[in-house]
Amino acid sequence: MSAKTVRGLLPSSAPIRFVDESGSAVKAPAKYAAPPDELLRAAYRWMVVGRRFDTQATALTKQGRLAVYPSSRGQEACQVAGVLALREQDWLFPTYRDSVALVARGLDPVEVLTLLRGDWHCGYDPAAVRVAPQCTPLATQVLHATGMAEAMRRKGEDGVAMAFVGDGGTSEGDFHEALNFAAVFKAPVVFFVQNNQYAISVPLARQSAAPALAYKGVGYGVRSEQVDGNDLVAVLSVLRAAVEHARGGRGPFLVEAHTYRMDAHTNADDAGRYRDDEEVRRWSAADPVRRLETYLRGRGLLTGEDVEAAGVRAESFAADLRARMNADTEADLLEIFDHVYAEPTPQLREQRELLRAELNAQES
Amino acid sequence: MPTVSMAQALNTALRDALRDDERVLIFGEDVGPLGGVFRITDGLTRDFGEQRCFDTPLAESGIVGLAVGLAMGGFRPVVEMQFDAFAYPAFEQIASHVAKLRNRTRGRLALPMVIRVPYGGGVGGVEHHCDSSEAYYAHTPGLKVVTPATPEDAYWLLRDAVADPDPVVFLEPKKLYWSKAEAGLERRAAAPFGRAVVRRPGRDATLVAYGPAVLVAMEAATAAAEDGLDLEVVDLRTIVPFDDETVVASVRRTGRCVVVQEAQGFAGVGAEIAARVQERCFHSLAAPVLRVAGFDVPYPPPKLEHAHLPGVDRVLDAVERLQFGDRPDVRHLSRGAA
Repeated sequence: MSAKTVRGLLPSSAPIRFVDESGSAVKAPAKYAAPPDELLRAAYRWMVVGRRFDTQATALTKQGRLAVYPSSRGQEACQVAGVLALREQDWLFPTYRDSVALVARGLDPVEVLTLLRGDWHCGYDPAAVRVAPQCTPLATQVLHATGMAEAMRRKGEDGVAMAFVGDGGTSEGDFHEALNFAAVFKAPVVFFVQNNQYAISVPLARQSAAPALAYKGVGYGVRSEQVDGNDLVAVLSVLRAAVEHARGGRGPFLVEAHTYRMDAHTNADDAGRYRDDEEVRRWSAADPVRRLETYLRGRGLLTGEDVEAAGVRAESFAADLRARMNADTEADLLEIFDHVYAEPTPQLREQRELLRAELNAQES
Repeated sequence: MPTVSMAQALNTALRDALRDDERVLIFGEDVGPLGGVFRITDGLTRDFGEQRCFDTPLAESGIVGLAVGLAMGGFRPVVEMQFDAFAYPAFEQIASHVAKLRNRTRGRLALPMVIRVPYGGGVGGVEHHCDSSEAYYAHTPGLKVVTPATPEDAYWLLRDAVADPDPVVFLEPKKLYWSKAEAGLERRAAAPFGRAVVRRPGRDATLVAYGPAVLVAMEAATAAAEDGLDLEVVDLRTIVPFDDETVVASVRRTGRCVVVQEAQGFAGVGAEIAARVQERCFHSLAAPVLRVAGFDVPYPPPKLEHAHLPGVDRVLDAVERLQFGDRPDVRHLSRGAA
């Protein structure tokens, strides 16, 4: 591989940035085009909704309506940009922390929360919305995205698959196998690493000694980039370039976004045991929603009325979600046997009858 | 009927599957131009092109994970794990995704795919090349687990597996790859998927076996016949779904049962079979259900493996322990009196 080829794969030495923490525009490399204004306005609206969804979901855990919720507060630029970089024909392979992305993809938030509510493992129809079930085993979904991308390529479709993965997930073998397979097959897949600095309690420095996680692509021949994950304009711009790269038949693309998980791993976690308030305060200053708002207002793309309207929309979204989540659901307990195989085995039929009898006895 | 080896039958099955369904893709390590280390995919890349049968990088989790995505995208992957023990890196993909995706999505996403695994010993393989790994898969709801014992079954069960709407772990007994038999590969006479078959009818006791152990059971039955004992041999063919009906009917007829498996015995498939037989046939049994299995040791080195593998003698010893000389009064038992 020539030195020039290697340089072509390497990420920028510092994260790509379009907007600084104060909301002012900074000069970004010419190879990344700024997203259209209308898309930025839409992104802002989704980020406001997404954050409200997130805080509402955390509140629902306290009321016992959700078994658990892994918050992505602080990662809204990544969550929304990841989805807005995709078209309808593209597939998204999310993790358990990417509920906000699913909301931005237009999924019914109650269906998104089915997993965490404990009604079933996945509440939506993946093929209908082209979103794989939210994945819990780390990085396993990155291979599925590669396979789906390969399927679309083989069928001559122009779809792209995007896999979300976290900083911890990049330590898993499946992440590396996926990068390798995708590069060899030139599969149209985008690997989107949301580096939120923590894998539950383990900080990035204990996770990897790489100069940046984006450098993990280079060894596999995967074009890579790193971006300021709290700068929506930058994340969206780079991801759009990555998706076009993949769609154009040039193979996979790895993007690392540097962001921060403002809340604990989940509502059941205590972040005070492994990080200090000062660090959290520092990242608060980099808040992605406020940053985009300041930037768009500065450019005259967002008015006070728009901001207010976005807030009202988010509140009504949350109120609707609350009302629907507060309604008790009734599970059909016998359904646990229904989807194990296309046709239940004789043994499952027997066990279904056993449970039915058990339940009938309890009722009478 | 032509005489073919199990390896040839499997190759023909893959060939016919590629011909009949353009969604079928075959991939894995060395399955392309080489034709696989056991030559099961011999000539497939040449005849169907690299688009249909191709080599992948060397990573088993990657192979199975890629197959999951391809199956979600409408293909029917048939992947090869090069050896039993080399499939372990793929176990997370198999147990957490392959087995569960249909259930996770309430039946909305099916995963029709086949994971072919050459398994078992008796071929002089060195460490990590001879494991009997069926129990891991059989213990995982959502998987179907198949293992043929004859070339004809190898062909039809593999065709069935490829056409099945659910993921199938297809375990190929390495020891039987080169065993030849007459096989009807043109017109189906083989039993349906999910049904066990009586390989040899007999009156005195039932040997239940699957995969490589079927041959051992058949040889034991032949030897026992010389001593005047008439043994029935049931070949499971599919471990999941499990055919209680055929096994139970046989044991109720014979009143005695020995389960034969090559794998180590503890917590194995044979234990499950013995329990099921005992639960269903208690009043028909004239002796405890016995298990003949490999020992609970890591698979031994080639020069020691014959001591580990259950052979005809170990089966006959078990048959001898079926209390033929101390036959209890069956009528007495059937009255249920103590």
